[in-house]
Amino acid sequence: MSSLPAIELKGIDKKFGAVHANKTIDLTVAKGSIHGIIGENGAGKSTLMSILYGFYQADSGEIRVNGQPVHIKDSQAAIAAGIGMVHQHFMLVENFSVLENIMLGAEGGALLSKGVSHTRSALKRLEEDYGLEVDPDAIIEELPVGLQQRVEILKALYRGADILILDEPTGVLTPAEADHLFKILGMLRDQGKTILLITHKLREIMAITDTVSVMRRGEMVATRTTSQTTVEELAELMVGRRVLLHVDKGEANPGAIVLSVKNLTVKDGRGVTMVDNVSFDVRAGEIVGIAGVAGNGQSELLEALSGIRKPHAGEILIDGKPIDKVDPARLRELGLAHIPEDRHHMGLVLKFDEAENSILGYHRDARYGRGPMLDLKAVEKDAIAKIEKYDIRPPNPHLKTANFSGGNQQKIVVAREIERDPRLMLVGQPTRGVDVGAIEFIHRRIISMRDAGKAILLVSVELDEIRSLSDRILVMFAGHIVGEKTADAGEQTLGLMMAGIAA
Amino acid sequence: MDVAYFDLLISVLGSTIRLSIPLLFTALAGLFSERAGIFDIGLEGKMLAAAFASAVAAYGTGSPWIGLLAGVGVSVAFSLVHGFASITNRGNQIVSGVAINFVTAGLTAVLGNAWFSQGGRTPPLGASARFGEIVLPGAEAARDMGVIGHFYANVISGHNILTYLAFAAVPLSWWILYRTRFGLRLRAVGENPGAVDTAGISVTWLRYRATICAGILCGFSGTYLAVAQSASFITNMSAGKGYIALAALIFAKWRPVPIMLSCLLFGFLDAFANFMQGKKVPGIGEVPVQIFQALPYILTCILLAGFIGVANAPKAGGVPYVKER
Amino acid sequence: MSTASVPLPNWITYGLLPLINLVVAFLISGLVVWFIGEDPIQAVTLMLQGALGRGEGIGFTLFYATNFIFTGLSVAVAIHAGLFNIGSEGQAYLGGLGCALVALALDNYVPWYVTMPFAVIGAGLFGAAWAFIPAWLQAKRGSHVVITTIMFNFIGSALMVYLLVNVLIVPGKMAPETRTFLPGGTLPDLGWLIALFGGKIGAAPFNVSFLIALVMSFVVWVLIWRTKLGYEIRTLGISPSAAVYAGIPYSRTVIVAMLLSGAMAGMMALNVVMGQSQRLQVEFVGGAGFVGIAVSLMGRNHPFGIILASILFGVLYQGGTELSFDMPNITRDMIVVIQGLVILFAGALEYMFRPAMVRAYQKFVKA
Repeated sequence: MSSLPAIELKGIDKKFGAVHANKTIDLTVAKGSIHGIIGENGAGKSTLMSILYGFYQADSGEIRVNGQPVHIKDSQAAIAAGIGMVHQHFMLVENFSVLENIMLGAEGGALLSKGVSHTRSALKRLEEDYGLEVDPDAIIEELPVGLQQRVEILKALYRGADILILDEPTGVLTPAEADHLFKILGMLRDQGKTILLITHKLREIMAITDTVSVMRRGEMVATRTTSQTTVEELAELMVGRRVLLHVDKGEANPGAIVLSVKNLTVKDGRGVTMVDNVSFDVRAGEIVGIAGVAGNGQSELLEALSGIRKPHAGEILIDGKPIDKVDPARLRELGLAHIPEDRHHMGLVLKFDEAENSILGYHRDARYGRGPMLDLKAVEKDAIAKIEKYDIRPPNPHLKTANFSGGNQQKIVVAREIERDPRLMLVGQPTRGVDVGAIEFIHRRIISMRDAGKAILLVSVELDEIRSLSDRILVMFAGHIVGEKTADAGEQTLGLMMAGIAA
Repeated sequence: MDVAYFDLLISVLGSTIRLSIPLLFTALAGLFSERAGIFDIGLEGKMLAAAFASAVAAYGTGSPWIGLLAGVGVSVAFSLVHGFASITNRGNQIVSGVAINFVTAGLTAVLGNAWFSQGGRTPPLGASARFGEIVLPGAEAARDMGVIGHFYANVISGHNILTYLAFAAVPLSWWILYRTRFGLRLRAVGENPGAVDTAGISVTWLRYRATICAGILCGFSGTYLAVAQSASFITNMSAGKGYIALAALIFAKWRPVPIMLSCLLFGFLDAFANFMQGKKVPGIGEVPVQIFQALPYILTCILLAGFIGVANAPKAGGVPYVKER
Repeated sequence: MSTASVPLPNWITYGLLPLINLVVAFLISGLVVWFIGEDPIQAVTLMLQGALGRGEGIGFTLFYATNFIFTGLSVAVAIHAGLFNIGSEGQAYLGGLGCALVALALDNYVPWYVTMPFAVIGAGLFGAAWAFIPAWLQAKRGSHVVITTIMFNFIGSALMVYLLVNVLIVPGKMAPETRTFLPGGTLPDLGWLIALFGGKIGAAPFNVSFLIALVMSFVVWVLIWRTKLGYEIRTLGISPSAAVYAGIPYSRTVIVAMLLSGAMAGMMALNVVMGQSQRLQVEFVGGAGFVGIAVSLMGRNHPFGIILASILFGVLYQGGTELSFDMPNITRDMIVVIQGLVILFAGALEYMFRPAMVRAYQKFVKA
């Protein structure tokens, strides 16, 4: 094995506006190894790989491939440097055949006829070398997701890639498909390819990688030899030893069951089952936390419970009564409030004034105007009251919502949902992208809702948050609830459950 | 009696072909643009601009071929404007198309009037400055040789060169789209520009080339109107044909050979409407010609509503490609 | 780092940038005038004199502006819901049928002010009806409203020609038009309004429809910014995902917005059919539906902006007509060119100068 590393990144730095996605990243990837990069959502993994593949330009820093400094100005340059990438969202033309997708960009001449036969035989060779079977004439959209991904890998190999980047490759795969992928990756490594595997799943890292680097909040925090580290250590590195935000809370006094979920199954837009036969209850006066690594079905669960996504099967009961109409407006009438995971796309209309957002979803309410009219004075008064109570800054109800900081935007949502005095509250990632001061504030608000006898379902990928707020913790993995723990469950125990290792 | 009906049929079919040609060129133009993900409401305008430019150039030089060159050149220039607005500046493609239709409608009339002072008309072209009719070999002899001969002599033969080019453009377009590297990439960029970009191909340049193809074909259709079908430019002579072509493109679900068939169908409806004008159908009475005029649009709406199969527009159509997040 | 996400102050975004776009559109129009051998400055002077110099000119200017206010409001209401209604032209055409039927039915029996409210409703209803099918197709079957409204313009045109030629035509006459309405079916001119400012209306068909247009501008303003429905329309238009979250019904909101848009377009017919020609004629809309796109773009989809932009286009139309008498080389079609350039620069190329503006602004702020 050559001593020169396949990839060296030195001081890679990238900002998107105010977001510092990559902070002077250094990384060395040995030739012929599988190198995992792990980190939570938004840690900067995908940005880093997009820079390596020429999709984005780093603001500063150096990239060396096989010891040679290279300037990767676009994907073409990355391909020329022997780098191939399998994107999280496949870069495939869905109504094209496998063959056409593989040829695209490497047609071998102005006419397709020659390239077609060449590609066909090359595919045959790749199939023999790596056992990557796929019908070259199949149409992509008719193939199962696992095979589509195989086409992405073949695309890279066809272009002579020696270094293969896979961005969250198992997110869309069934466990069996994922295992098969790992076998393929192992074989590719054995044939001398270098593989960079980006994931937030600890299980995958432990199962397949030789080396692992951990990213957290745009920084590369550690690199370990996989065989000499543990899931626990990696989990800790990923989350970071943050000052545990201590939340004062007394004993919970759970009352009657408010929300009851029975055998709920939810599929996403592609028809993949994301929530699989899930049942649980939430009582008045308790916070039930759903722990889990992002992408294990929590988002779809919240969407189904809030009426945004139609469940595939199962029942949702509020106060023991099945909900008659799965519709966000109807559920609000039944006393449900929803702090959505994604405030930018759901919880807020960023182009609206603060005051306009403070009534979103409740705009039909009589307090904001009689009949069909909207009483802007009443809306403004209401907004100002919330601004004062929740210390939203700047205290200007007429400022465009886009101009508020993340923490203050989230406070607008939290204020709106809490001040409706709901009986049941769905809370998704309440403190994502929120500054420390606001986190504490929002946490206290959620606790006081519980103390006021509300039923609260909390979804968060921040284990700390789940542990400090919840009275009961459900752990979700691959669409299932794999176990229930009390609030004093250890981080290790939960981490293992989240990784799908223990129950 | 039968012979008279047959003659009528032949005459309707002949005019079907004549009326289909501008639709065919224009719909193929739309095919190149829309398959690359660029909506093109401005087909009408480009056709009109080309008609004007070709008439002026053919009048000035006495050569229909120079007229064609001018028509194509001007049409491509407006394609580039559309590209600049919708590709480079990521503007709204519909708005850009509407703007081009206005500018060309106004400009052709203003310039025509300023240069020739004939109420927007250009001076009539002599026979040598037009694309004349071509009598195919054996047509004269075939005329009296039964049904097929009659058909050959009066429907197939006797059109100008652009007519034959239009029909040649159908397999050519098919070949370009499905058998060349450019076509593969063009179809890919209209479905998933990300796939093209990650394959190391410039989305911008590819889409520009697609709009240029559209410009060239609109150039042909405009020239056909002014220098082949007529002998001068007349204000607003495209008269909505660009929109019918758009309907034909959709009706054909963005595929070359069905485009030819839908253009022939829409051309036939037009020819039939002309033929039926003022005639009474036994038992029904006079059928309003407006029904035939509206039929292409009604059919297209029914298709769009998903009542005749599914019309899947290119997935990335109308959406500017943005790489940076 | 692209400049797209850099915020600019409102006065630049809503004031300076549109102004620059407009100026460029007019500069290029000036080049066209110069190219055909006329003096652009003189042309502008003649236009302004023709449009604003005398009471009659002003009357014509405001008459045209009335058309554009209606169609501009039509386009704007749809845009607020995230829909591009290119069908205002056809909806206005059908609106003409609505108000003409009312006028024909009532003009013999009642004075104009009794007919008027029914005519407003008739025009609005017919316009809305013509928007309904494209709206329904968009809401329920996902058919692109841009394409279907274009198709409906042509279908509407064929339908109207048929009706005028075969049904509504006065027996024995050649012209495809209805009979002339009696005074009970017409809208009186606003000579008194012009006289108030010391002018004479002359032959200008400036009529009561203008006041209806102003009322409708106010109604649209109230609707969009002061009602719950307007709030839902705007939410859907800006962020469909937030609208889902907020429980705003997609189909109903799309259909209602399109019906309102169609109704606004339909009312444009009042001005021409009952105010000007006092009968229903073929092609009476004359492209005003498309001008609505330009007006709405320029007016930033706000009724106040739409009124201003409509008056500007009214000046163009009237001034252009006058200009074509004084400078025969410049026909009225020049208006269409300017219109197209305004749509191009204020619409499709609206971001063209933004990056440069961002750089200049950043330099200015740093300095």
